[in-house]
Amino acid sequence: MAQQIFAYIIQKGGKIDDTALELVTAAKKIDSESSVTALVAGAGETLATACSQAAASYETVWKIENEALVHVNAEVLRGLLVRILPKGSIVLIPHEHFGMDLAPGLAVKLDAAYLPDAVGFEEITEGKLKGVREEYSGQVSTHLSCDLSGGAVITIRPGSFAADESRALSGQTVDKSAEAAADGIPGKSRRFIEVVAAEVGDVDITKSDVLVSVGRGIEDQENLEMVNELAAVMGADVACSRPIVDAKWLEKSRQVGTSGKTVKPKVYLALGISGSFQHMGGIKGGPYIVAVNKNPKAPIFQVADVGVVENILEFIPALTEKIKEVKG
Amino acid sequence: MEILVCVKRVPDTAENEIEVSRDGSDIERGDLVYSVNEWDNYAVEEAIQIRDKVGGSITVVSVGDGDAEEVLRREMAMGADKGILLSDESFAGSDGKGIARIIKAEVEKGRYDLILTGAQADDGAGQVGGMLAAMLDWPYASLVNHLEMLDDKRIKVGREIAGGNQEMNEMDLPCVLSIQTGINEPRYVGIRGIRKVASVEIPVHKASDLGLATESVGTAGAKVKRLDYFRPELGEGAEMLEGSPEEKLEKLVELLKTKGGLK
Repeated sequence: MAQQIFAYIIQKGGKIDDTALELVTAAKKIDSESSVTALVAGAGETLATACSQAAASYETVWKIENEALVHVNAEVLRGLLVRILPKGSIVLIPHEHFGMDLAPGLAVKLDAAYLPDAVGFEEITEGKLKGVREEYSGQVSTHLSCDLSGGAVITIRPGSFAADESRALSGQTVDKSAEAAADGIPGKSRRFIEVVAAEVGDVDITKSDVLVSVGRGIEDQENLEMVNELAAVMGADVACSRPIVDAKWLEKSRQVGTSGKTVKPKVYLALGISGSFQHMGGIKGGPYIVAVNKNPKAPIFQVADVGVVENILEFIPALTEKIKEVKG
Repeated sequence: MEILVCVKRVPDTAENEIEVSRDGSDIERGDLVYSVNEWDNYAVEEAIQIRDKVGGSITVVSVGDGDAEEVLRREMAMGADKGILLSDESFAGSDGKGIARIIKAEVEKGRYDLILTGAQADDGAGQVGGMLAAMLDWPYASLVNHLEMLDDKRIKVGREIAGGNQEMNEMDLPCVLSIQTGINEPRYVGIRGIRKVASVEIPVHKASDLGLATESVGTAGAKVKRLDYFRPELGEGAEMLEGSPEEKLEKLVELLKTKGGLK
């Protein structure tokens, strides 16, 4: 394939994100022969550190250094990338908070196809990549044909491609900073101010061994009382999924997921949680997952160890009573 | 402040089990309950709060067939001033870029200071807002969970980033923002509100009204095309507990005990 493949590497404080190695696998699925170029942006020593980490997995690393990228701003970075990426490039970007900010506009400015949130790639026929996406909260999947001929921007769902840990390269770092900034700094109409750190809650769920986590299936704020009772008899802490925080029924510090906390319990009891990838992305360390949901098709049953199809509003009080009975 | 909010009619995943149709060409639509995409309600609520503070008006717009009119009406019952339906046979099969092109053509017919979209839809991936902004050369921010007018030219915007942190930015107007759930509490729409707007005329703009070449939208203009739907390949999946509720409880408590779930 004549088209060059690029992978955007998310880095924080000099540490490259887990997705960096997942994008290697994704790129190799598109073209197993071609060398892949990592795009790493930032400033100062942390950027140099991130570039050297990326060089262990990528043949070439393009370093984009600029004071305006100390905290990476998608509007600035997009303007810089458009100046240096060759016509017809295929650009892979993680589908997370930053990638969602950068990718759609980049696809427009490169006049490329945009395939968002891919979870898999199948074959390429006549320049068209057959990609897989999940839709309707993971209830169905779909095949999409993405025309690569004029270039493409593809965002990759974190965790959906296995990380390629086999590589021990010493890739070449190419400094693209001057070329990228030759016409000045773009994206000035959006200016970074600060990062406001997450509130600290009364319970630190990242330290809990047993979590009773509740989702939309609880239906009403008043019903949270039964969840608290169950957690109390189990000796567990209460966590939740996003809709519960959106409804302001529990504080943000109790939310598990990519936009909430990352937890590492031994046992995770998910009650009325459908199991979106954003929620599951916040559960690490391979806990024993028990899911109770009235919808037998809820995606959480694909990742849980044990599943129960029941209405949680009846099941929770019964479970509390049963545990009390067993504990005596 | 002239605000445009993009909304979409979608099957409600909280109310439906989504099934793939027999030939895989679509999902089973026969018994589906449709509603406004959840994120869009937050965008409309945010628009209402801004308008009520600084004045102006809100237009809700949707690309879809005739059925999309009901979601426009619902958002007008919520408080939007005007609805516009963008509908044409040639729009079918549009990819994200096609939808953004259609909306861009409508935007250029008006004079908007701010465009809001939902951060994503259940069958999409949060693409239209960012593409629309780039086509208009307006600044964009995604996953917005805080919004504050600074003056009539600038806006302060909080974005949701990893770990529950929030990234604060200052942006120039006009701009495009994708709104995340939780930014506000969308107001309830009662049956009276719906009745009040039941007979309001909703203009329908077709490709020709928008000056769109039909080959630039729909299947003809799409670089990304849907091939089929299929059931996700199931992993090993959970061991499902069977039996009466009482039997399930006993098994579950036993398992929890073994795995250290009871202290």
